[in-house]
Amino acid sequence: MNGYGGKILRINLTTGQISKEPTPTHIAEKFLGGRGFGIYFLYTEVPRGADPLGPENKIIASPGPLSGTLAPGAGKMDFTTKSPLTGGYASASVGGHLTAELKYAGYDSIIIEGISPKPVYLYINDDEVELRDASDLWGKGSITVETELKKRLGEEFQIATIGPAGENLVKYACITHDFGRQAGRGGVGAVMGAKKLKAIAVHGTRDIPVADPQALLRLGTEAIKACKASEAFEVWVRYGTSGVTVWSNEVGAFPVRNFQAGALEDYSGLSGETMRQRIVITDKGCFGCPSPCGKYSYSKKYSIYVEGPEYETTALIGGDCVLTDIEDVAYANWLCDELGIDSISVGNVIAFAIECFEKGILTKEETEGLELRWGDPQVVFTLLEKIARREGIGDLLAEGVKHASQKLGENSEEFAIHVKGMEMSGYECHNAPAMLLSYMTCDVGAHHNRSWAITYDLQVGRDLVTDDKVDRVIYLQHVRPLFDCLGACRLQWVELSIDLGLYPPILKAITGIDRSWEDLMKISERVWNLTRMYWVREVEGFGREWDYPPPRFYKEPVTYGPTKGKRMEWDDIQRLLDTYYQKRGWDKNGIPTPEKLAELGLAEIVRIGV
Amino acid sequence: MAVYLHADSSKCSGCKACLVACSLAKFGVNNPKKARLAIIPKFPAPGIFEVKTCTNCGTCAEVCPVDAVKINEKGAYYIDPNECIACMACVKECPEQVIFTHPDYPVPFECDLCGACVEVCGPGVLWIE
Repeated sequence: MNGYGGKILRINLTTGQISKEPTPTHIAEKFLGGRGFGIYFLYTEVPRGADPLGPENKIIASPGPLSGTLAPGAGKMDFTTKSPLTGGYASASVGGHLTAELKYAGYDSIIIEGISPKPVYLYINDDEVELRDASDLWGKGSITVETELKKRLGEEFQIATIGPAGENLVKYACITHDFGRQAGRGGVGAVMGAKKLKAIAVHGTRDIPVADPQALLRLGTEAIKACKASEAFEVWVRYGTSGVTVWSNEVGAFPVRNFQAGALEDYSGLSGETMRQRIVITDKGCFGCPSPCGKYSYSKKYSIYVEGPEYETTALIGGDCVLTDIEDVAYANWLCDELGIDSISVGNVIAFAIECFEKGILTKEETEGLELRWGDPQVVFTLLEKIARREGIGDLLAEGVKHASQKLGENSEEFAIHVKGMEMSGYECHNAPAMLLSYMTCDVGAHHNRSWAITYDLQVGRDLVTDDKVDRVIYLQHVRPLFDCLGACRLQWVELSIDLGLYPPILKAITGIDRSWEDLMKISERVWNLTRMYWVREVEGFGREWDYPPPRFYKEPVTYGPTKGKRMEWDDIQRLLDTYYQKRGWDKNGIPTPEKLAELGLAEIVRIGV
Repeated sequence: MAVYLHADSSKCSGCKACLVACSLAKFGVNNPKKARLAIIPKFPAPGIFEVKTCTNCGTCAEVCPVDAVKINEKGAYYIDPNECIACMACVKECPEQVIFTHPDYPVPFECDLCGACVEVCGPGVLWIE
């Protein structure tokens, strides 16, 4: 099958059994790959009601048909599982070189099942697949383990690993790869930890079968040249995602003090320019990326090498916790990487804890004498360590803001910033209805990457609550996540504005199958609806209320920044949801109708997978 | 002075697009493990990508016992697969370690200055002169 490795690798950690199956052609046609494969296998193989940290849950790691090829940014891999953080669907993508290496080894998915009786790592060297003892690696940090495994196995091996947070089942633990890339969201690292799987090491030497190699060379080169010719290319490569920081502050989209404010009073210490001047030592690209957003840095203050900080970390650990020195954020970033924690979730968690302390909901007794204050880097560093090791207050905070607020009570649920149990990414949206709707309806919780609609709010008028904003959100929710099915990065389109029309011919050169964007959008809509049905299946009473935003966004106005005094109206939130459901072909409770499921060819899968 | 593929390693972001383009151009397959240049990441410290390219120094031709290393129209040394006896002397003696092997091919291979890699390099690391 052109464009695919050709095999699914199945690992049962309980029994140690390893098997290989041919990649089902009809599934590749219907779901493409990446997170499309992820939700298909999750829905059809993980039984309803499975404990996310129990043996029945599975991790499905999948490249896509563009992964490892000459398509621009062909370095994205998806990890799908049932989320221990939300209890619903989790899909976390990671860049770097893992996805390409897995394709070169001949695999389109690794399905990891069961629980190992002892710590192991998965060794894949083309056909040679083994579970190897990882007892001596257990307890060690992610960067340390990656370094050690490369030393043992060779530089050519690509490593994905968890840190102590994953081992200790921190609900938002991540998987780390390539010295600072993360499959960050939804607690995929905790699922690996529960399975006693410390790492995955992959090396492959095979060709990816391609329908028309000369066309791929020509079309891939053309697309890469389009990236280089983009007006935004130079600035984007210089600053990566940190180029957004100043813009975000200036438009009031920067989360500050647990999303109470939309800008920092003085953000110069966090700007992309400051970062580039003070700490960046090189650009670091994922596989096949002509426009590397990765910035590799060295902090003299802390004597650490770290990838980043990228924007989200700067927003949630910088802005939201009010750390204003890029080197403090860089060190916190390094701790997140080494400990294996999602920096978006943990930034929210720490900001929530500081606000609880400020309001007297958390006391010095509960924090073992630590005074939780805004802008204190030592507070952030200490809490990161405590959370990763579940020490003291860290045990509660390791559960995420939803659970922590439910346990703490005293109205703290009003300022627990999450949707569906997932902490919010770094865009303040009291006054950005399209972006807020993106968070509300995102398929994993309050995550930005499916629909980054805040620029549309700014473009058409951020106060407006209009149907076209709903249209825009749905359009983005189909285009952007499609790249996670294809196994490539969306940022060449988003940030460099290269023509989407460049992709279908590349996909055809690789797979031999002629697909239009309309065909691809239908696949993406299929994936979106199946993920929605996963929530419906797994979460009792799932429906409209699960799409509600945190009360802070409609009850409390912004306290500082250009949007000061603004907040969403409750009626507008309801109106956005009504329109969104109607346009998606869902009922008023946000459940896909039987007609919609039949139209997308999902009726049978949904019927069987119960 | 020999024409060769130059590389400014300080600009490399390690994406390997050059390696894929090389494999497509020279072997008609998508496989960077069959490329004729190399990127060596040095992480977590000091955090650099070292790019290794053929400098057209001619050592391969000097050590070849059967004169299978020839010069093409661009002035680049190349290994003629019809004459190579796979003794690997060139691989061993190459000062830059940029003569490569792969299990799919019986003989080693090296850069022949086709330029496919230069075309796809985003940060402008590579050039031929």
